[in-house]
Amino acid sequence: MASTDIIIHDKKDNVGVVVIEKVAPNQTCNCWIMEGDGSATVEAKNEVPLGHKLALTDLKEGDTIIKYGHDIGKVVKSIKKGEHVHVHNVKTKKW
Amino acid sequence: MEIPKSFLGYKRENGRVGTRNHVIILPVDDISNACAEAVANNIKGTIALPHSYGRLQFGADLELHFRTMIGTAKNPNVAAAIIIGIEPKWTKRIVDEVAKTGKPVEGFSIEGAGDIETIMKASKKAQEFSIWASEKQREECPVSDLWISVKCGESDTTSGLASNPTVGNLMDKLEPLGVHLCFGETSELTGAESVCAKRGKTKEAQDKFMKTWSDYNDFILKEATDDLSESQPTAGNIAGGLTTIEEKAFGNFQKIGSRQFVDVLTPAEEPSKGPGLYFMDTSSAAAECVTLQAAGGFNIHLFPTGQGNIIGNPIEPVIKLTANPLTAVKMKEHIDVDVSKILSREMNLDQAGDELIKATMRVANGRFTCAEALGHKEFVMTKLYRSA
Repeated sequence: MASTDIIIHDKKDNVGVVVIEKVAPNQTCNCWIMEGDGSATVEAKNEVPLGHKLALTDLKEGDTIIKYGHDIGKVVKSIKKGEHVHVHNVKTKKW
Repeated sequence: MEIPKSFLGYKRENGRVGTRNHVIILPVDDISNACAEAVANNIKGTIALPHSYGRLQFGADLELHFRTMIGTAKNPNVAAAIIIGIEPKWTKRIVDEVAKTGKPVEGFSIEGAGDIETIMKASKKAQEFSIWASEKQREECPVSDLWISVKCGESDTTSGLASNPTVGNLMDKLEPLGVHLCFGETSELTGAESVCAKRGKTKEAQDKFMKTWSDYNDFILKEATDDLSESQPTAGNIAGGLTTIEEKAFGNFQKIGSRQFVDVLTPAEEPSKGPGLYFMDTSSAAAECVTLQAAGGFNIHLFPTGQGNIIGNPIEPVIKLTANPLTAVKMKEHIDVDVSKILSREMNLDQAGDELIKATMRVANGRFTCAEALGHKEFVMTKLYRSA
């Protein structure tokens, strides 16, 4: 089995978490979808370090980030599939 | 894997089962610590539980103090208890409640006698209890006699990815067997509170959860000196890849798997609605949370960690698991179960859950946890407000 670069919790998630030291731009990443024990691939656009998230689809301002199958915040700057998702383009809806 | 149907535990007088067989020397208040510690030093096989409070408390804060004291001594991991306080009235209140379980308990008060005479009298009784308890044997008990509490700490992205879902997998497998389960950490569910509330089995449980969370959140916002968004997630969380408080909360929430909770407990309250999952209103500070859960009657604890929390408890064994491969190596002496292979897909959640069940059974049967072998026995009272 190909080694896992990214873990996706839930089939509904639009982000995955990098579980290797980092993924590089243009790297084709192997994803493990934990729910249902499935597989997928995604091409990284940025360098994304361990523990950080990468977009699995194009996202525009105002869209909701889904992780664990749940709303974890809103997009404040549009994100392309394969780009790094973090505090520079996503904010909490809480405060 | 076929889940073991039984474990070897200590059957208590009231029908509960212990995974440990402690004789505790419990001070009612801070100034009785010295006396309690002297007794535990005199008599082998006993353990003192010193703490910082118990004087001039009032109202709900005093009631919580009593609930924690009484619940700790009533816990089935305790075979017998010596209660020592400065004055007789509060000491007797605890002794009378603990005696209802049928276990040996005796109280001593220091006022009018002094430390030395009290130490002598209490030591004689403690020796009796210790020798009596040493003859207790483990017997085969159904797995439903396990009361499992959970709390995570020093979390990072590996917690939400793997170690917390491993605990959730264990809950999903053990709840149908009639096990009692408990999660807490009111403040760290912020962001997932409305989703968590929906896990209440009844409308009553759901409303009770939302009221408990709102009260705590109001208190935190009232006392906070700056915007909480600056501290949740923490700078360390953000460096580790956590973006929002919601993301952190949903990571925490993975610990309950797909279970629903039966009821919401006040801090240190014993569940009374039968087997199943309970939410207890607790701080997210590790030692305070586990102390309250142990006082609620839970007899074994699961503690997923990312960066490596080291907590233990004097009466409730604390099993630690991590999915962080670095923590598993660098802090090996604190980690009972390593599930880091989930990240490299060499292990799935089902297998990790099975490993955790096996480890839980071994510890229930008497195997020392890492924290027990290292002598961790953090006993920390929760204080609701300042004393009079």
